[in-house]
Amino acid sequence: MSKQRLVIIGNGMAPGRMLEHLFEVSDAFEVTIFNAEPRVNYDRIMLSPVLSGEKTYTDIIIHGEGWYEERGITLHKGEKIVQIDRDERKVVSDKGTVAQYDRLVIATGSSPFIIPVPGSDLPGVLAYRDLDDTEGMIAASAKGGRAVVIGGGLLGLEAAAGLKLRGMEVTVIHLMPTLMERQLDTAAGYLLQRELEGRGIEVLCQANTKRIIGTDRVEGVELADGRIIDASLVVMAVGIRPNVKLAQEAGLAVNRGIVTDATMRTSDHSIYSVGECVEVGGMVYGLVAPLYRMAKVAAEHLAGPSKAEFVHAETPTKLKVTGVNLYSVGDFAEGPDREDIVLRDAARGSYKRVILKDNKIIGAVLYGDVADGGWYNEMLKSGEDVEGMRETLIFGQAYQGGASADPLAAVASLPDDAEICGCNGITKGQIMAAIRDKGLTSLAEVRAHTKASASCGTCTGLVENVMGLTLGDTFVIPQAAGMCPCTTHGHGEVRRLIRAKELKSIPAVMQELEWSTPEGCAKCRPALNYYLVCDWPGEYTDDQQSRFINERVHANIQKDGTYSVVPRMFGGLTTADELRAIADVADRYSIPTIKVTGGQRIDLLGVKKEDLIPVWKDLNDAGMISGAAYSKGLRTVKTCVGKDFCRFGTQDSMGLGVKLEKFLWGSWSPAKLKLAVTGCPRNCAEATCKDIGVICVDSGYEIVYGGAAGLHIQGTTKLGNVKTEDEVIEVIGAMTQMYREQGFYLERIYKWAERVGYDHIKDVILNDLEARKTYYDRFVYSQQFAQVDPWAERVAGAEAHEFSNMAEIKLEAAE
Amino acid sequence: MNAPLRNWVEIGSINDIPRQGARCVKNGEMTIAVFRTSDDRVFALEDKCPHKNGPLSQGIVHDGCVTCPLHNWVISLETGAAQGADEGQTASFPVKLDGQTVLLGL
Repeated sequence: MSKQRLVIIGNGMAPGRMLEHLFEVSDAFEVTIFNAEPRVNYDRIMLSPVLSGEKTYTDIIIHGEGWYEERGITLHKGEKIVQIDRDERKVVSDKGTVAQYDRLVIATGSSPFIIPVPGSDLPGVLAYRDLDDTEGMIAASAKGGRAVVIGGGLLGLEAAAGLKLRGMEVTVIHLMPTLMERQLDTAAGYLLQRELEGRGIEVLCQANTKRIIGTDRVEGVELADGRIIDASLVVMAVGIRPNVKLAQEAGLAVNRGIVTDATMRTSDHSIYSVGECVEVGGMVYGLVAPLYRMAKVAAEHLAGPSKAEFVHAETPTKLKVTGVNLYSVGDFAEGPDREDIVLRDAARGSYKRVILKDNKIIGAVLYGDVADGGWYNEMLKSGEDVEGMRETLIFGQAYQGGASADPLAAVASLPDDAEICGCNGITKGQIMAAIRDKGLTSLAEVRAHTKASASCGTCTGLVENVMGLTLGDTFVIPQAAGMCPCTTHGHGEVRRLIRAKELKSIPAVMQELEWSTPEGCAKCRPALNYYLVCDWPGEYTDDQQSRFINERVHANIQKDGTYSVVPRMFGGLTTADELRAIADVADRYSIPTIKVTGGQRIDLLGVKKEDLIPVWKDLNDAGMISGAAYSKGLRTVKTCVGKDFCRFGTQDSMGLGVKLEKFLWGSWSPAKLKLAVTGCPRNCAEATCKDIGVICVDSGYEIVYGGAAGLHIQGTTKLGNVKTEDEVIEVIGAMTQMYREQGFYLERIYKWAERVGYDHIKDVILNDLEARKTYYDRFVYSQQFAQVDPWAERVAGAEAHEFSNMAEIKLEAAE
Repeated sequence: MNAPLRNWVEIGSINDIPRQGARCVKNGEMTIAVFRTSDDRVFALEDKCPHKNGPLSQGIVHDGCVTCPLHNWVISLETGAAQGADEGQTASFPVKLDGQTVLLGL
């Protein structure tokens, strides 16, 4: 049987994909392609990375020469079809080539729309459509100068970002009030504009181009309001028009595009059409996903009888500009029958909005954190009822139940002696044996019996997979490990929900977040108490029964049941009077041991519990307050002597240390917080292993953070330099507050910083003055409730039950 | 000792003990921790964790149990038995309420 002749006009992405599908299922065709561009098929959506220099043309080729040869395809490069003769079933090219067809596919694509203003035909005015345009822009950018991009849509902004990366000054002119108004709502458009402006791209919205100025080539752009912007390059990116002229001249049905039915067939049953030139179901498409679906439908019908039909689906939009994350899909216009769920994080510059109608997602706009875009789109497509997860929908998929795709396969393939828990050296075989022999069914049980994942916890997911493998369907692998066995919510999730749902008591948290135990446990209660203290200053009443004993009695319990008492010495400074009072207290209460601590203060060790209150009273009377040496909160600010006495000192490190400690004392934090201020880079105060350190230098102050010198030893990371003591205090207050708000309970500052990113913290606290001020203000607000001396409160009678026995029974009375 | 004989000793009012908290009673050399739950039940255990003698009276009280402040063993207030995978038991003592008055059976 001789092959049918298939002729394709155009060699873009849609016909390329169509041929891939066709050759998979049929070898019935002898294919001829006419391509007006002198090239093979390349990936047009990757032109932006080519423009920005992140990729080259050869990186984005889809089908090389060999691909056509292997399939016996005749490819006429650089030949444009000028006529379709439907009666004779042939096409004619501008070079006179004639090709007969049994089936014809028109894939002429679209052309950029050039606004018909004076000067739009000047050299130096380009569209942004194909590789020639891209190369034209790259060549123009080599000369430097200013580029004006007309059009603040997807293509225009990608062009603007690419030209900026190529070293040009760039101005974007956009007719509408906000950027990408067809894909983004005004809030996301605003964030995008701010991001682009932050990169040095000038953005002019509501700006109408009047004419393009220039004599031999472009010199500038004049706006309707009279403003003139100099330009050596103008890029028009205001939209596309389907190329329908050829089809129209051949007498095919044409509206905005070439009209096809759902099988991609035109009004002539021998002729199909795919790509941007098509109008199907009244719609014209410009994004690649629907074009690929057209390609598949057309291929199936060419190959033989098929029921495949093209169905409209919402296509998500993403901007291909490195470092800008935005995602939008569906319908996001406001309306009375619609509901919005919005989550904004001003400090992080992120914005999430999901639009619901009748409990179904009809649209989503994400900026910054776009990880859940695909998930929202899946639900949008399936029309799933989201009533049951409304409360947490906006937090994304990680905050919902349900398992992810086949995580078991990888674990199933591991041998029995594969180590699962590195900390405790527990193998897969040991865990499986323990589960079977002891009938374990929960992660907590597996931890208790095998110690697997009971230390650092990073292998928790693996252990759960081993459990899933051993127990089969009876074990549902949780999406994320809960903060304790009482809940499936992790710390981050609990913190977010406390704020989002305005939960202001431990019972409220447990009720709303569906705790599986009535009163929690010794793990979650102190964490929740801290989160509530931190998030609702002045509103939440500290729950003493949810604090560990040291914080409850404001002293460190020692192994013999006595306590240690440490008065605060701001910046490590004391006076003769204070020392005399400490000596008197030691004598009066027969305190056996007095030790100087590593944090530059004095520890009275071996105080009997019943003596605590009188000891505190005497110390209070001498002007001293609790040093909080027991707390998950501000401990000490260690200092060296600084410039007043030291010949190397550059600043007043002692004075600054005192100021910082007076500012910070009393604050609770996820874990203990220790600071140091050192007067010169010789670092006598050991600032570079503290949670937060200040190193005085001639020009001001270097702020460092994230050090550790306990079980784990780690040097600090530099945050940045500031000039004045006031700035030091503002930066440290702001960073402390950010850590207080984001840290997980018992997570030291270095762990938090590793989790959220040192760069991110620097961006927020050092570079974003507005965000810094916001955090600082919240810290200052919170401190008015926190700076109360717990000793004085207890001397005055608070929590008296903690410090005395309820009763004493004489031995003889028991008989 | 004659096992069945109980000597009920008055140790104070239930209001002396914080909800979800504990107070100590000295009985010669022994310390007894008297717990009050959030629903006003009262229990008494020797103030010694079966693990390493941690002071249970200083622990966090939840769901009829107390978590030892030293190593997080969870002990039943009713029986004194360690919960979960841990094995061990602390001596427990009967407690009666007469109105607000707490009576400890020794």
